[in-house]
Amino acid sequence: MNSPSNAFDVERIRADFPVLHQEVNGHPLVYLDNAATSQKPQCVIDALVNYYATENSNVHRGVHTLSQHATDDYEAARSKVRRFINAAEDHELIYVRGTTEGINLVAQTYGRQNIGEGDEIVISGMEHHSNIVPWQILSQETGAVLKVAPFNDDGELLLDEYEKLLNPRTKLVSIVHQSNAMGTINPMETIIELAHARGVPVLVDGAQSIPHIPVDVRKLDCDFFAFSGHKLYGPTGIGILYGKTELLEQMPPYQSGGEMIRSVTFEKTLYNILPHKFEAGTPNIAGSIGLGAAVDYIESIGMERIAAYEKELLDYGTGRLSGIEGLKLIGTAREKGGILSFTLGDIHPHDIGTIMDSQGIAIRTGHHCAQPVMQRFAIPATARASLAFYNTRAEIDALVKGIDRVLEVFS
Amino acid sequence: MSDLSDLYQEILLEHNSKPRNFRKLDDATVFAEGFNPLCGDQYTVYLKLDRNESEEDVVSDISFQGAGCAISKASGSMLTQRVKGMTLPEADALFHQFHRMLTEPGAELDYDLLDDLEMLAGVAEYPTRIKCAILIWHALRAAMEGKNDVVTTE
Repeated sequence: MNSPSNAFDVERIRADFPVLHQEVNGHPLVYLDNAATSQKPQCVIDALVNYYATENSNVHRGVHTLSQHATDDYEAARSKVRRFINAAEDHELIYVRGTTEGINLVAQTYGRQNIGEGDEIVISGMEHHSNIVPWQILSQETGAVLKVAPFNDDGELLLDEYEKLLNPRTKLVSIVHQSNAMGTINPMETIIELAHARGVPVLVDGAQSIPHIPVDVRKLDCDFFAFSGHKLYGPTGIGILYGKTELLEQMPPYQSGGEMIRSVTFEKTLYNILPHKFEAGTPNIAGSIGLGAAVDYIESIGMERIAAYEKELLDYGTGRLSGIEGLKLIGTAREKGGILSFTLGDIHPHDIGTIMDSQGIAIRTGHHCAQPVMQRFAIPATARASLAFYNTRAEIDALVKGIDRVLEVFS
Repeated sequence: MSDLSDLYQEILLEHNSKPRNFRKLDDATVFAEGFNPLCGDQYTVYLKLDRNESEEDVVSDISFQGAGCAISKASGSMLTQRVKGMTLPEADALFHQFHRMLTEPGAELDYDLLDDLEMLAGVAEYPTRIKCAILIWHALRAAMEGKNDVVTTE
């Protein structure tokens, strides 16, 4: 397994990420805020520059050469992402701004069309606000009811409680693949199987899982899968909503305008075919091409290898942090991604964050847009170090040293 | 960025670990809550207002309660110490001085009025933490205006 050709050369990978090579507050940057957004390899930056420098033009409109090049690259990126998540058809991938827009799209189209008064939507207690609020708004509009599947003290979803929530009134399940606040990886295949056994479609919030877990939407058999490009080493402002063809076909458009139409008269408009029906207006062309470049880059390393390396790093970090007196890890699920969320005695996470920053260590502090998770643990906030495959054991050691400094200041 | 010890001075840490007037004031005449939705810091300021001989409203007692970071809690603790006994116009003037100290670099300040609150001047070097220090002051102002409501930093 560990033949030289297969060894994970993290230093070589780090060389691909220009932002990592700088000092912050007089210390080498230790970037451990990857769950908020990931850094970009040079090839993604180059793809953006190249698009604007050599072929900038609108897609699906012009007969001129540049427009054709832009359209080709824009659609080639869609195909790359389709292969990456193993979807059956390119048209099952809708370009959106990010996970949030993907979920809102489903809530406002599929949701409004299929969910009515007294119907139920099932989410989990560990959702990001972006997988809570769109369903709350839909519920307020339609009279539907939001049901929440709880999790245990380790941050693991209680599958039997989840199953109990499924009933003939359940019209949709929308659950996070990997928790951003705790790192829990949910058993999506089982969650989806249980829902499908009752004819209920499932949306997977893949914002945190897509950069860290090999995702196969057909193996999962999910009905929708939403993720953001910027957490996958791609640009901000671009993401994907995957949906099964038969569902997308039946859904009404989300936004309206150019691109999403086939023909318009003042009396009647015919909508365009998939995926364009959901892509009104000039899209984020550069972002899409950048996302395609990010997927190429990740595939050149391999998702399985990335996941294995990150697991090793997480285990190392968990071991090091567990040895710190007064430190409590929030999220200790058996199946867990590279998130080290913690509290440190009664020291507030914001103070931890500032002291870390003074040592060049970037972590996230706060409620991580998952306030119900904080309420579940009766804490206002946590400090969170989140890992990527360009992080190193030395950076975990720097994190531990940073925590020691926090304890020293507050001693 | 300035040295960390300018921010986390000993006196600030001491106020954080032993905040003064950190309780609910049962005979408060006005109160207001301050909430920072970005970080979840949340405090309530309680004021007992009385009229003095010159018919001015005076803060005869003050307390605060809630949860937040060391900077917000120390700021609250020092606020209650400083504002107790002040008339409303005096407290309002202090609010403006404190606000200017953190948000207007180089501003001419009344250090006699600010007194030991000057110790929090170092927060100005940490833009992401200014709201932590000011939150409780916004709550004070809302309470003085009789809003009895939640004010936020956003």
